[in-house]
This record gives sequence, structure tokens and C-alpha cells, in this order.
Amino acid sequence: MLGSFAPILILFLIAVFIAVFVITVSSLLGPRRSSPRKLAPYESGMEPIGPAIRRIPVKFYVVAMLFIVFDIEVVFFYPYALVFRQLAVPGLIAIGVFFLVLVVGFVYEWRKGALTWE
Amino acid sequence: MESLQIPPVDLRLLTPLLIVVGWAGALLLIDVFFVPDGRKKITGYLAIAGLAVAGLAGIPLWNLSGSTFSGMLVLDRYSLALTWIFLIAGALSIAVALDYLPRHAIEQGEYYPLIMFAVGGMILMAQSADLITLFLGIELLSITLYILTGFAYPRVASEEAGMKYLVLGAFAAGFFVYGIALIFGATGATSLAGIAAYLGRQPFAPQEETLFLAGASLVLIGFSFKIALVPFHMWTPDVYEGSPTPVAAFMSVGTKGAALAALLRVTLALEEAQTFWLPILAVLAAATMILGNLGALGQSNLKRMLAYSSIGHAGYILLGIMVAAERGAEAFLFYILAYTLTNLGAFGVLIALEQRGEAAWSIDDFAGLYQRRPLLAVAMALFMFSLAGVPPTAGFMGKFFIFTAAYAGGLGWLVLIGVLTSAIAAYYYLRVVVKMFMQEPVREVRPELTRGLNTEILIAGVATLILGLLPTPIVLLVERSLVALGG
Repeated sequence: MLGSFAPILILFLIAVFIAVFVITVSSLLGPRRSSPRKLAPYESGMEPIGPAIRRIPVKFYVVAMLFIVFDIEVVFFYPYALVFRQLAVPGLIAIGVFFLVLVVGFVYEWRKGALTWE
Repeated sequence: MESLQIPPVDLRLLTPLLIVVGWAGALLLIDVFFVPDGRKKITGYLAIAGLAVAGLAGIPLWNLSGSTFSGMLVLDRYSLALTWIFLIAGALSIAVALDYLPRHAIEQGEYYPLIMFAVGGMILMAQSADLITLFLGIELLSITLYILTGFAYPRVASEEAGMKYLVLGAFAAGFFVYGIALIFGATGATSLAGIAAYLGRQPFAPQEETLFLAGASLVLIGFSFKIALVPFHMWTPDVYEGSPTPVAAFMSVGTKGAALAALLRVTLALEEAQTFWLPILAVLAAATMILGNLGALGQSNLKRMLAYSSIGHAGYILLGIMVAAERGAEAFLFYILAYTLTNLGAFGVLIALEQRGEAAWSIDDFAGLYQRRPLLAVAMALFMFSLAGVPPTAGFMGKFFIFTAAYAGGLGWLVLIGVLTSAIAAYYYLRVVVKMFMQEPVREVRPELTRGLNTEILIAGVATLILGLLPTPIVLLVERSLVALGG
């Protein structure tokens, strides 16, 4: 059974080999002439401004959570839209309950003030 | 196009679970819309009412049994008995928090729905007959507990506890899911019945056996983490110490009880795989009993001591699970009930001591408690005796049942370890009693009792005594509750 996975293992080994080979060869053969400009971190050609690790307003995190709520809703609604005729009434009830649970979370967030951006 | 079949669903079998979860969701909204800040106790009372209604709704189900959602969830008396134990644990944990939260300036209405969701997760675990629903229950319980451990938000210790529990818990969940995947790969089933049928049907092909063993081991690791079995117990003392005391109380009985209950079901289902499953459980039980109790010896912080003691108790309960097919399941249920009530009581006394908003967990804070609060000291002594397993208490009967069942099931050497470690445990439990009754106060700690706390300690104390003095009615109930478990 495991034998059928052998090609994947070989592919994996080849991938590792190529990666290691290319890096090793280029570091052995390539010329090394560094200048300050070359050593600077690459920021799409711009001069670097400030450190890369900065504080981010926690608001984004709340927005991300809201996004997940609606994202999951859509993820379930699309497949449901395809089969809703076959599922008939029981399906409608089931998706209704699912939607109700989402709405509870959403109303809670709204009431807690997660939707106001100041 | 072929028509899709929705499997028949019998929601009656899930009444308590649906009431708890539904009410928790509704309460979340009621709390933000109608309950003003500073009066969040109302939410607490409503939560207790919801748990009580769920408990009452379970009574008509006593003579019902069956499975629904294509056999993923079952209702039997075993799950129903556990449901009631969990509801009691949830209600008592809310009762002690009613005054604790405002005194510590961490009052938020969300505490109460969160406890309810956690109870819902526990009930789901008790009713699961499928590894997937079991995992769902574990996650519902765990995710709410991650929030609750960090509930005392500005306090660094609480945040640290929440973070630790989250990171380690997520790891454990990973192990669990991977284990389920491997078991599915080997047997083609995630339902306990399906796995059992596969195990019974044929001898394994070698690769499948390897897959199954790896999967089962990973699932067991997931369980061990939730139950805090040695060597997966490291997080327990830190998390209990850091989290708000009512949460620690709830965790010590809730997570453990639910995970142990699920482990019992899995163990029964894996009867065909006993030759590899039981020796592992035996080693875990022995290590847990020994290290849990030895760890408690050196603690001068009572919260940490109770954490280690809860580890040790999980070891004893594991003995009941190992002989579940014989009389172990009954002993298990009785022990869970006794341990739940006793431990909640002990934590209640601890909360009474911190009632003024400061930490009072040192064993020295208990010195001379008898002179200041005789009744409270007597109650604490009762709980300590019960945890130690001294006769007329629930703890003694629990240990007695567990050890007799384990001995009859041929686990003589584990019983020997159990009895010896109980003797060790008596030392650190009785040390608290000695401090309370025979020493002068070291520090001025004025415990303050409130209505919720009084009720909780009273209920726990009376129950501890009744279970110890008159265990017969409960034992009969427990025996009857296991008729249908197929044990």
C-alpha cells in the first residue's frame, strides 16, 4: 500500500536536492561584492522607512473575526443554494437554524460596539 | 439528479443539550441588551435557571434510549446521569462566581453564558458515539475555557494561564484530530460502533494495524491532556493557579469529568483492542496516581495543591475506566459525582477566603480558621477528609467502590499503588485540617460569606456527607443508569 507513494517520495527528494544544490552552487561560485545599498532590506525599491515590526490597531483583529463570520456563512450558503430544492423543507429549517446561530453572534458583536470605527 | 437524504433526527434525545446551548445563546443577547452594568448577577441567576430547566427536562428521558444524527449522538442513562452531574457542576460554579466577579472587579455578563456553553460541550461529549462529535464537544468546552481562564483580564497571571492553556490545548486538539484521521484510515469509520465492528470482524493487516495503533495512541494523548494524566499534566497547576478561582473549580471537575466520561465510552468500544489499550492506561494510571500525589506534597499554595490532587484523583478514576466492562463503570459514575461535589466544595471555601478581592491561597491563610469561622473550617475539614478518602464521607465510598471493582477486575498491583498513594495524600489533606484547627492565625484573612457561596458550600457539604453515610440510593440509581451501556 505504501509502495504507491514512492513517486511522491522521489519527487520530494528531487525537490529538496534541487533547492540545496542551487543554493550551495551559487554560494560557492558566485562573486560576493557587497555595498551598503545591496545590504539594505529590499522594500520594492523604496528607501526603508522605520522597522518592519510595528504595532497594529487591534481593530483589524475584530474586523477579521467579523469577516470569518460572514465568510463561513457564504461558504455554507453557496452549496446550499445548489441543492436547496432537493433538501426541501428540512433543509430550509436546518439552514435557518444555522443562520440563527450566526445572527446571534452578529447581533452580539454589533451591540458590543465592534462595528463602530473611530 | 438523485435526491439527497437528510438522516432522520430525533431532537427529543438532545433536549438538555439543546436547552443549555440555546439558552446560552439567548442569554448572551439578553445580557447585552437588557442587563445593565453592575447588575450582571441577574444574568447569573438566569443561567442557573436555564441549567435547572435543562436538568428537569432530562427527567422524562430516563426511560428513553436511542441514537440520532446517524448514530453520532446517543442518549442512554449513562449520558443522562453524567448530564445531571455536569449541570450541577455548572450551576455551582456560577453560584460561587456571583459575588467573586464583582469583588475582583472582573464582572462581565459573558461569564455565565460561557459556563453554559462549556456545560453544553461537556454534555455533547457524554452523548457522543462518534469521534467527530466527541471532538466537537471537546472543542466547545475547551474554547470557552480558554476565554474563562483569561477572564481576569488585566491580571497578568490570568492572561498567562489563558495563553498557556490555549497553546497547549491547541496542540492536544491537533493530536486528537490526527488520531481520528489515522483511525479512520485504518478502519474506515469514525463512529465508535463502526470502529468496534471493524475490530471485531477480522484480524488486521499489518499496515492497518500500525495505522490504527498510531491513531489510537494519538487520540489517547489528546484525552490525557484534557484529563491531565501524567505525563501530560504539566499545564494543570499553572493554569489553575492563574485562572479565576471559580473557573479553576469548574475546570477541575468539568473538563476532567467530561473527558473521563468520553474515555470510558471509547474504552468500552475498543474492547477488541484491549491487549494494547489497557496496558497503556495502566501505566498512565500508575504514573498519575504517584506523581500527582507526590507533587501535591510540596505545595504550600492551596490552589496548586488542589490542582495536583485533582491529577491524582484522575488516576484513581482511570482504574474504574479500565474495568468498566465489569463493575468499574458504576464505581466510575459514583466517584465522579463524589469528586465533583467535594472538589467544588473545597474550592468554594477557597473562594470564601479570597472574597475581599485579594489572593489568600497560602496554607498559612488557613491557620486558625476554626477560631474565626468555625463552620467554614468544619466544612473545609469535611471536604479534605472526603478528598483524602476518610470514612463517613463521599470520597471514602468512591475510593472503596473503585478499588473493589479494580481488584475484582484483576488490577491488584494498581490497587496497591492506589492505596499507598492515598496514604501519602492523607498527609497533605490533613495538614490543612491541622492548620485550621490547631494553629494560631498567621495573617489577618477575613473570609466573607455571601448567599451564593453559602448555598454552594452547604449543598456540597451535605451531599458529601449523604453520599458517604447513605450511599445506597445513589448506588442503586447509578446501577440502574448503566443497564443500557452494554457493559
